[in-house]
Amino acid sequence: MFSRAYRAAITVPPLLWVAIFLLVPYALLFCYSFWSVSATQTIVHSWSLDNYRELIHVHVYLQTLFRSMWIAARVTVFSLLLGYPLAYYLSFHAGNRKDLFYQLVIIPLWVSYLVRAYAWKTILGSDGVLNTLLQYVHLTKHPLEFLLYSPFAVVLTLTHIYTPFAFLPIYASLEHIPRNLVEASHDLGASPFQTFWRVIFPLSIPGVLAGATFAFVLSLGDFLAPLLLGGPSGIMISNIVVSLFGAAYNWPLGAAISLCMLLLVLGLLFLSESLEKKWSFR
Amino acid sequence: MSTMTSESEVGKEKRDTATPLLAVHNVAKSFGKNPVLRDISLEIAQGEFLTILGESGSGKTTLLRIIAGFESADSGEILMEGERLDILPPYRRRVNTVFQHYALFPHLTVEENVGYGLRVAKLPKDEITTRVEQALAMVKMSAYAKSKPAKISGGQQQRIALARALVNRPRLLLLDEPLSALDANLRRQMQVELKSLQREVGIAFVFVTHDQEEAMVMSDRIALLRMGELEQVASPREIYSRPATAYTAQFIGHTNLLRGEVKAGVVRCGSLDWPVGLPDGPVLYSLRPEKVRVVKSMVGGPGVNVVRFRAHVRHRAFHGSTELLRVECVDGLKLSVRTAASEQRPDDLELEFSPEDAVPVRESEERA
Repeated sequence: MFSRAYRAAITVPPLLWVAIFLLVPYALLFCYSFWSVSATQTIVHSWSLDNYRELIHVHVYLQTLFRSMWIAARVTVFSLLLGYPLAYYLSFHAGNRKDLFYQLVIIPLWVSYLVRAYAWKTILGSDGVLNTLLQYVHLTKHPLEFLLYSPFAVVLTLTHIYTPFAFLPIYASLEHIPRNLVEASHDLGASPFQTFWRVIFPLSIPGVLAGATFAFVLSLGDFLAPLLLGGPSGIMISNIVVSLFGAAYNWPLGAAISLCMLLLVLGLLFLSESLEKKWSFR
Repeated sequence: MSTMTSESEVGKEKRDTATPLLAVHNVAKSFGKNPVLRDISLEIAQGEFLTILGESGSGKTTLLRIIAGFESADSGEILMEGERLDILPPYRRRVNTVFQHYALFPHLTVEENVGYGLRVAKLPKDEITTRVEQALAMVKMSAYAKSKPAKISGGQQQRIALARALVNRPRLLLLDEPLSALDANLRRQMQVELKSLQREVGIAFVFVTHDQEEAMVMSDRIALLRMGELEQVASPREIYSRPATAYTAQFIGHTNLLRGEVKAGVVRCGSLDWPVGLPDGPVLYSLRPEKVRVVKSMVGGPGVNVVRFRAHVRHRAFHGSTELLRVECVDGLKLSVRTAASEQRPDDLELEFSPEDAVPVRESEERA
């Protein structure tokens, strides 16, 4: 059909791209995770499982990983709790304001992540907007310190940032539900409440799974929100990786943590994909 | 309490004798500035098979959706056995619908689809099981109980949609062009099945279609809708042989419209004339092509009470057992004539028809 030159011309660039920017870095990461750092701060190219042993035996790593997962889990739940009703309202009840509301949900995505994280810093800080307001209306006497530099601040910020990511796939799946199924359900005597739980929700599960995966995976790997708003108690696993590759200068250990996270995320993606398949019917 | 009971009993008696199953009174509906239905009044009897027939855009589906409750009428009311139906939400109406594209729930199996209405009504499990089994047996789909809708064919989905609606024992079943997605052979087979099923269950059917042949085959009565107004409501035989308007005559089957003038008890359409009992003035006649006969032998004069004339064949279309001829009379009047197919037919023919087969029809007024 097509000449060999043509086929080569269209297949080689993407392959090269994937090789140079994906496969090679991962291969390097894989190698590094088995190497070590000498006392004189040079990389020792001898193979061992020491980094992985350290991961298991030094509690702070696993602890931070579990905290990260706990934060990501809460972000996921809150994003779904906010994103689902929003998507449902837009898809089924917004009428001709649908496009407007959709844009309103999307617009924050055009604003830089950093700006939004700093905005929360301004709101939650001890002389920030929220504390000033609370004191002004005499609900509190002193600034509430737990608002900023805490896991709470991280969960709040990440929920704000990743809710649109949970919203979008849910909205798409709701939009794909043929409206005559809703009519058929009403026709067969099901109230709007019954129709939601028996027809609409089951058919939107693939979107919910995709949205949950987005929210969880993105917030699990986040390092800016904990850096800016987390404080010591809100540190996440990516902050440790960043410091291991930076100030701490222990690339091999950083690589080992990165690989573990990569495997975790791949496992999650695989799981959500197979669940999505189980729940899609077209 | 006791007075209420006796009142409702009285109401029931009256219902059984005089009240129609469904009465549509003066229903009108517009979408924006666009009137879709104007002043529709229609009654449906118990156990009747009524077809709402019309071209696309005639408002037939909207009328069905108003009865089902998916749209609300701008004015008018709908009564079921004498009680207001139009004020109830769709899930409280004892009406079920078979949708054009079936609308089976893709995440449920065939039996779960059929049992849906019974489950939301919270019927006992055993009763649901038995009724679902009966319904599937009725549409000959028992073997597919555990299949998902995506795994069965269009014709099978159609049967499931029917079973899913009928299992609830509605007072009235609405069918929105349910056969339009099937191929011609399956469609003819389903027409017959649907009709015999309807007789069997005795539930009134309101069937929407744009296919006049389908309407003729299946219906007890046809309600012909044109641009949001009822053109004629009558039995297939009546509507075919006694069309009230020119539109009806042309839409149901094929016809010749003859424009003429009555003068002193004789109508004259071009070179044709015959005695009539109509007052003087312009008239419009519908003459079905099969009512025009080819006169076999040229010998012998015309019989009593026939209109006989000569014409030249301009075009012939072969339809198997019959042939449709397009003929031109001496004065230029063109007619369609349906006759038994024949190879040896001269181009110049002698034709005749009986005056009682020419039916006077009203002009169909223009509507925007």
